[in-house]
Amino acid sequence: MEWIQQLVNGISLGSIYALIALGYTMVYGIIKLINFAHGDVFMLGAFIGFYAIARWEMNVFLALIIAMILCAVIGVIIERVAYKRLRNATRIAALITAIGVSLLIEYTVIFFRGPSPEAYPAVFATKNIEIFGAQISTLAIFILSVSIFLMILLQFIVHKTKIGKAMRAVSHDADAARLMGINVDNTISATFAIGSALAGAAGVIFGIYYTRIDPLMGIMPGIKAFIAAVLGGIGIIPGAMVGGLLLGVVETVVSALGYSLWRDAAAFVILILILILRPAGIFGKNTREKV
Amino acid sequence: MTNHKKTKKYGSLFMATALLTGVLAGCGDDTSSSSGSGGSSNAAGDTIKIGANLELSGAVASYGSSINDGAKLAIEEINAAGGIDGKQLEYIPVDNKSETAEATSAAMKLAEQEKVVAMLAPATSGNSVATVQIAAKHKVPMVTASGTAPNVTVNDDGSINEYAFRTCFIDPFQGTVAANFATNELQAKNVAIFADNASDYAKGLAASFKETVSSNGGTVVAEEAYVAKDVDFKSQLTNIKGKSPDFIFIPGYYEEVGIIVKQARELGITVPLMGADGWDSPELIELAGNDALNNTFITNHYSSEDPDSKIQDFVKAFNDEYSKSPNAFHALGYDSIYFIVDAIKRVDGDITGEAIQKQLAATEDLSLVTGTFTVDENHNPVKSATVLEFVDGKQQFNSKVNP
Repeated sequence: MEWIQQLVNGISLGSIYALIALGYTMVYGIIKLINFAHGDVFMLGAFIGFYAIARWEMNVFLALIIAMILCAVIGVIIERVAYKRLRNATRIAALITAIGVSLLIEYTVIFFRGPSPEAYPAVFATKNIEIFGAQISTLAIFILSVSIFLMILLQFIVHKTKIGKAMRAVSHDADAARLMGINVDNTISATFAIGSALAGAAGVIFGIYYTRIDPLMGIMPGIKAFIAAVLGGIGIIPGAMVGGLLLGVVETVVSALGYSLWRDAAAFVILILILILRPAGIFGKNTREKV
Repeated sequence: MTNHKKTKKYGSLFMATALLTGVLAGCGDDTSSSSGSGGSSNAAGDTIKIGANLELSGAVASYGSSINDGAKLAIEEINAAGGIDGKQLEYIPVDNKSETAEATSAAMKLAEQEKVVAMLAPATSGNSVATVQIAAKHKVPMVTASGTAPNVTVNDDGSINEYAFRTCFIDPFQGTVAANFATNELQAKNVAIFADNASDYAKGLAASFKETVSSNGGTVVAEEAYVAKDVDFKSQLTNIKGKSPDFIFIPGYYEEVGIIVKQARELGITVPLMGADGWDSPELIELAGNDALNNTFITNHYSSEDPDSKIQDFVKAFNDEYSKSPNAFHALGYDSIYFIVDAIKRVDGDITGEAIQKQLAATEDLSLVTGTFTVDENHNPVKSATVLEFVDGKQQFNSKVNP
């Protein structure tokens, strides 16, 4: 059945968006900043994974972990250098800085290695498994399992560890958290680290699945992940996961119906609709500001 | 001063310096890739300037760089043999970064600043079309080595672009060759087409393929499209698979085609896939992998395995210079220079763009590596195409088709 195949396609794509959207949503939740440089951390993850697999001959899982660690470090560096000083500045200033960081990362990579794309080497011999007539490749299964594992890990960290509790506290009320003895700076850095690690993982997965990576690859997926985060309710973690999967499926369905040239447009139409109809997102609650 | 004031003071000083540096850098002289000294125009001096407006970086850099390498070899050979009437050729390549806007400005630079007498036009049809006006305005004939869309030389209303020429065959011919191969050789009854919607080249090929398949009695069961720079083709491929075609035509550029072929095989599509000269790049093999490319075919301009002596001499010379086997784009770049030089040799009197243009249009039975050709009244060469099969990542000669 074609529809099952399309669903599998959609969920694979959606899980990549979900991993990136988690980073957006976590950072927004904690410091109310839309980190436009996040898509470029995704790109850096893809390149780190590429060099790990192709040049240093590491195995996939090791490359994934290295990419995640390095991206976490990069995320913290970005936060400390660019965003920390602007915590008390206007939101616009922080937003513009984020865009600036994004462009800086993209063009620095182009400066060092040129704009030409790279091809990820094939890491497994892909075999197809037939389930209900849909050809599911081992690659898709790999992606789904890694993404689900990472999302469960994140839920565990956020709800069952101390740092997770600190993150939730700071996103609720930073000053009160500070009064309670939580080191707000370190908590924010930890949030960036975790979000960036997820984006790095998404980058490696993207490279393995779609083969071609280039320095400007983070722009489109970054914007779509942002839309996914808004769709699910920005600042709400399960929202980002659901939003990502939903966006991936919608895109694939639009393409499957024959409107493949409209697939990118579909994401933006969703953004406009959700902002008009339900700006708090699927999981968002309309909180009124109490004076 | 307090720390805050000091930071502000040094901060503004830094800003001012940075701004000044930026302005001065911009005012600097823009040196082109080769000739710096203001050489004399046309061929009044000791050299004949031939420009090249090529995609040396960007999405289709593979074509442009290959054409560049082939052209350089030709220039070297001709100069080593004494040039034309004792005058050496000066080759001036400019990178258009695979972008149409850059192609236009590169053409202007070659025509106005460098004052070349002829130029190689961009490798892709879309970019070539963008430079036609400039060639006509400055009366500098342009020869595209691989722009195969008909509208480079002939406009939709039937008028001919006087200063536009090409060394390669045109897409209606290529599309027809592919369609005939599919229906006659591979016995395909139901075919699917998956074309790049963003390029003139792919759309033209898809159109001529569709026409010929229909007139041969085949049916087009699915037609899907993608846009350049996409990476996810699974939904369109799943649609195509659902219609069970015997054959899929994928006319596009290697960056997307590589991934399309890979994803098609992953989805379990085992039928023959075919494309055109846009597939010809080592990047295709890197992206798709040897296994995915088995049972795929392409129409191309030539095969380095063709035993013809002219081709083998070229292959040897190229191998000596660059230590690798030349692909179709290398051959076309090489041929384009010989095409232009042959026309220049036939010019009586001053070597000007107009004179060269007349001789280019009058070219007859010129024997080149990619075939012997005559330029027809639409400035298109009448020449043969080769069908090749990918076996273990290498292009294997299948057949040669004459017009």
